[in-house]
Formats: sequence, C-alpha cells, structure tokens
Amino acid sequence: MTPVAVMVGANRVVPAAGIIHPLGNADLSPEDERTLRRRIVERALAALRTEVAEPTIFAGDGPGKNPAAGT
Amino acid sequence: MPKLRVVCYLNQFFGQIGGEDKAGVGPQVFPGAVGAARAVQQALGEAGDVVATVTCGDNYVAERLEVAVPELVELVAAQRPDLLVAGPAFQAGRYGVACGALCEAVQARLQIPAVAGMHAENPGVELYRRRVYIASTGADAARMAAEVERLVRLGLKLARRESLDAPAIEGYFPRGITHNVLADATAAQRATAMLLDKLAGRPVQSEVLLPEFPRISPPPAVRDLGHATIALVTDGGLVPKGNPDRIEPLAATRYGAYDIEGRSALDPGEYDNVHRGYDTTFVKQDPHRLVPLDVAREMEQEGAFGKLHETVYSTTGVATTLAHSERMGREIAAKLRAAKVDAVILTST
Repeated sequence: MTPVAVMVGANRVVPAAGIIHPLGNADLSPEDERTLRRRIVERALAALRTEVAEPTIFAGDGPGKNPAAGT
Repeated sequence: MPKLRVVCYLNQFFGQIGGEDKAGVGPQVFPGAVGAARAVQQALGEAGDVVATVTCGDNYVAERLEVAVPELVELVAAQRPDLLVAGPAFQAGRYGVACGALCEAVQARLQIPAVAGMHAENPGVELYRRRVYIASTGADAARMAAEVERLVRLGLKLARRESLDAPAIEGYFPRGITHNVLADATAAQRATAMLLDKLAGRPVQSEVLLPEFPRISPPPAVRDLGHATIALVTDGGLVPKGNPDRIEPLAATRYGAYDIEGRSALDPGEYDNVHRGYDTTFVKQDPHRLVPLDVAREMEQEGAFGKLHETVYSTTGVATTLAHSERMGREIAAKLRAAKVDAVILTST
C-alpha cells in the first residue's frame, strides 16, 4: 500500500508488516512479534527525525526515493 | 421570445462606487445597467434588459456572509428577474466568493437561474462550482467584453431552460455531475481506439477524470525527539467495543477519539474493529498489531521520545471519499495541534 501513500502525498512512509497486521505477524511468537513491532516504530521515529523534500519511503535499510520517480 | 429581466451583481469597484476604500459599503441597488453591468447589457442585446444592478462592498460581504447574502437576495427578489448575472470576479477572491454565495442563494431561495464568472484560481470556484454555473474567465478584465459574452450566453441558456453542452464547450467549470449518454461505439471500441492513439503518440482524452493530489510540503523533521509529543492515529478501523461513535464500516464520515491515558496496553476484550476492507481477525486478536500502544509506551518510558499523547484517533479508511478524508484529517490535525502534539505515527491498512 506504500505506492498509494506516496501517490496521495504522504511525505514520510514506513512500510509495515502487511495490510492485515501492519505491526505484527501471527506466524511469529509473541516476543518476536513485539520485536518486529518495536523495529517498525523505531523506523517511524527515525523518519520523523529525518528531513525530506518529497514523499520518501523509509524501508528497513534507510530512506529510499519515491519509487514513482524511477530511482 | 419575451425579453428577459436580468439583474447584475457587482462589487464596489466594478459598480464604480470606489476602490478598496469602499470595500466596506453595504448593499445598494441602482436602476438599469451601471458600471461593468453595461457590458452585460451589450452582450444581451435584444434578448434581455438589465433592469437593475445590485452592488456591495467586498469586505461587507466577506465579513458577514450569512447576513449579507440574505440582504442581497432581497434586493434581487424585488426586481423579479429571470436571470442573475454575477461578476465577472476574475481573480478577486472576496468578490468571487460573494458571487458564488449569492448565486447559490438566489437559485435555492428564489428558484431563479444564476450564473457567475471568475478565473480558475479564484477561491470562489472550488467553493461553489458544484452548485453554481461559473463561467471561466481570464485573470483580469483585459478581455472582458468577450468573456462577458460567454457569461451571458451561458446565462441565457439557463434562463431559457435550454440544455447545456459539456463544460469544456460552454466554458464553465465542471460541476461534478455525471450524465449518461449513449455513445456511438461500445466501451471496448472506444478503449481500443484510445490505446491505439496512445501507442501512436496522439493526444488522448480520458473519459474518466482522474483525481489530482496536490503536493503537500513536508513538515520539518522533529528536532528534539526526546522532548516531543507523539500521537498515534489509525485508519484501520479500531473502535471500542460497541462502536460508541458509530464509525461507519465503509465510506466513513466520522472518526473517534479514544483515551489511552495511563494505559500501556489495549485489551482485546475492550476493542473491536469495524473496517470492511481487510480481514480484521488478526488486529482483533491483538489490537497492538494496528495501534502499537505497548511498544510506544515502552519507548516513551525509555526516553526515545518525550510523551505519548493520551488520545488515539481512529476511523475506517475504506471507500472513504477524498473530501471526507481531507476534512477528517484537517479536524484531527487541528485537535493535535491544539494539544501541542509534535508528530504523528499513522498506521494505515
């Protein structure tokens, strides 16, 4: 759903763990789920601390460019 | 064909009362065509008579719309016109809004056809184009005669209850109304023709208007996260059991504000989920899979950020109209701003 977020103009976008459980995963143990959730929220805080000039996706390996821009 | 009785609405400038210094003057009515209304009379020719020109100062209207518009409607009603022509307001925002508001009121309360004229960037366009026929004009009066001609032509059609061509042809802003028409070719044929045009590099006109999303300037990054207040918001449909705010499962027009003060967890027994756009089994089992209160509270206590805002805002983001989404977003943002929230983590499904 991140392309939709970028299309409507959200500037800081953090891909999460899926539509039906964005901050969890029923296949994981409760502890691992919580770790996953923590990791995504940490990425969200990192995004909030980062200056951006345009819709930017903050994937697991740092900020990436707007995919629609083709980079 | 009987001559139509036409009333013109002008602001203080085009009514030749004065400039900005007279923007506060109240409603007045003059017999016949005064000031710029003479251009309307010229365009009408034998088809109609401008029986009166109603004027008002732009500030007078802008500062008391709910009072000024009824006053102006009274003045229009007294003339028993067949048509109201307001403006053209070009790019003048207060004037454009006054024209739009007056036309809307005259249509609704007097059942008299009305037409306004303004430039595409006039705020009156976006506010009124769905309810009022607004002819598109240039930014200023440079080509006024030609534009008044088009405004009057549109007005005459409305007054005579004639059917209108498409907005692009008649020269007015689309009102967002869809008409069913019988096409010569089937959809498959039209789509194929469109594709062939596209492949050949010929211009293609989409039959469906694609929505445009304005670019949103990114807010500056949070400088001092350690002292920042973070709020959690979601469009994933989280609601307290019983859905007390009756948030709609589809095409929501409402959002809820839910208190999490002092809580470090969302008890699945106290919450439900009304979203109809995805399988909510997992987020019902554990609401933290949608709203990460547990880890957020933990990180707040560790000092990763200053404070977790005590209210979670929630709505359902499936088939929500753009208009309601924008409105709800604006309303929530205003509340967050008033509560001095610095940043938001929005979980979207």
